[in-house]
Amino acid sequence: MIPSKEEMYAALEERHGAELQRKLSAAKVAVCGLGGLGSNIAIALARAGVGKLHIIDFDRVDISNLNRQQYFPEQLGQLKADALYDTLKRIAPYCEIVREQVKLDEDNIPKLLADDDIIAEAFDKADQKAMLVNCVLEKMPQKYLVSGSGMAGISPSNMITTKRIMKRFYLCGDGVSDVDDGMGLVASRVLICAGHQAHAVIRIIAGEYDI
Amino acid sequence: MVKINGELLDKDGKTVAEMLADMDISGQRVAVEINEEIVPKAQYGETVLRDGDKVEVVRFVGGG
Repeated sequence: MIPSKEEMYAALEERHGAELQRKLSAAKVAVCGLGGLGSNIAIALARAGVGKLHIIDFDRVDISNLNRQQYFPEQLGQLKADALYDTLKRIAPYCEIVREQVKLDEDNIPKLLADDDIIAEAFDKADQKAMLVNCVLEKMPQKYLVSGSGMAGISPSNMITTKRIMKRFYLCGDGVSDVDDGMGLVASRVLICAGHQAHAVIRIIAGEYDI
Repeated sequence: MVKINGELLDKDGKTVAEMLADMDISGQRVAVEINEEIVPKAQYGETVLRDGDKVEVVRFVGGG
């Protein structure tokens, strides 16, 4: 037996306070890309009691993902959107989760993300990150956008920061550690960047916009 | 003078496309904003930097 919706909510409210929990429960957040950043961001937001998560990825779970992404060996070959949905539902059974297997592009982004208040960019390829960020800032200026760039390798944790680039655009990461330079991605450092992004989302939900 | 990523540079009169070329940056991996407004990618070639502009060039790197 799992706790009731009311019991889960009361436990969240006790830890976060009634006002913050009310805001978290009313929030709608899209997580675009469910790799090392996105799977960790979504889990943090689900645990924090965000009311609605929109999780999007076209890809399937691969053995090379297991060093840092929140999937299990028995989920190899599953769609990431399905595998993460199952995990999120175990963590937060009453969170409303909409999963989507789709490759986001400039044409489908405005329609697919229309209902989300805050968008977390969590792609792995630099050109795709730029595409999503430019598309949202150009076509959906009312959205809050939290992007991640620069978390490869094992450089110090404290290089990773959150910057507020524009009023509604936050950028997390060290900005320079590029996986294309031959540095691998390591669980701890990817998790730090994901933590920065998830926390930026939570602060925006709380109405705390400073960094 | 134009302030680009916090640094004052003599780029007045140049377009965003020319600025990126000077910085040896591919337009495919960046977002550019001038005075808190995003510059649409399609307008890099015609958007001219003016004295006093504050420009942020966000260069994305891979990994996620």
